[in-house]
Amino acid sequence: MDYVKAFVVGGAMCVIGQLLIDLTSYKITPAHILVGFVTGGAVLSGLGLYQPLVDYAGAGATVPLPGFGHILAQGAIKGVQTKGLLGAFSGGVEASAVGIAAAIIFGYLAAVVFTPKGE
Amino acid sequence: MTDEKLIPSDRELQEMQYQMMVTSAKPKPPLLRNVLGAFVIGGAICVFGQALLNFFKSSGLAKPEAGAATSAVLVFLAALLTGLGVYDSIAKYAGAGTIVPITGFANSIVAPAMEFRQEGMVFGVGQRIFTLAGPVLAFGFVTAWLIGLITYLFK
Repeated sequence: MDYVKAFVVGGAMCVIGQLLIDLTSYKITPAHILVGFVTGGAVLSGLGLYQPLVDYAGAGATVPLPGFGHILAQGAIKGVQTKGLLGAFSGGVEASAVGIAAAIIFGYLAAVVFTPKGE
Repeated sequence: MTDEKLIPSDRELQEMQYQMMVTSAKPKPPLLRNVLGAFVIGGAICVFGQALLNFFKSSGLAKPEAGAATSAVLVFLAALLTGLGVYDSIAKYAGAGTIVPITGFANSIVAPAMEFRQEGMVFGVGQRIFTLAGPVLAFGFVTAWLIGLITYLFK
């Protein structure tokens, strides 16, 4: 059952992104989707609205980019609760460290190892 | 003198006609196909993520660590598939289905870096990996910091 929920909720988030690209008259690029979804997820999470979705859909809510914003926001909140004001700086970065470091490390290595197709 | 402005000049008329021509000639996005592609492929990536999450949880990792490990594996695979040129082929059908999942973040790091590799390891790859990731991290960090600050002030 958790696979069905992950599929439907995760798929629905991608549909929202697709509709934003196709239906709005603004020139929405993948960059806007990336930034908007991460920021939007962080804001929803700060308002306490994202955790229920994570509880319901599991990876369907954590794998899409708003889940990344959720981790950042919850990290900052927990950081403040345990370390005070310093935690607002460290909490989000610490909570998302594995994902960000993995993306930069694997991203760098892949770009060094592989040559683009057209070359 | 004032009513001169009410009547569009020839140039403005031409411009308007041109704009209308452009709008009518632009191919309309096949919306249903795009939405379906995004739903199915985006959903499938999340199902794969769920399988990884379940695997890491059953192998004894706590919930946050299992989630972090899942992200790391997804990001690794996305970087690999982008390098091989496979991710972009999938993206043709998936649209936002390959942008919205965390794999799209990895793709946004590798793709520009590969393209500008000739500019060197520092200014080519090192700098370009942040072409799209930079804005994401900037907005993400600032938002998280603000949320932390608000929590600090009001709780």
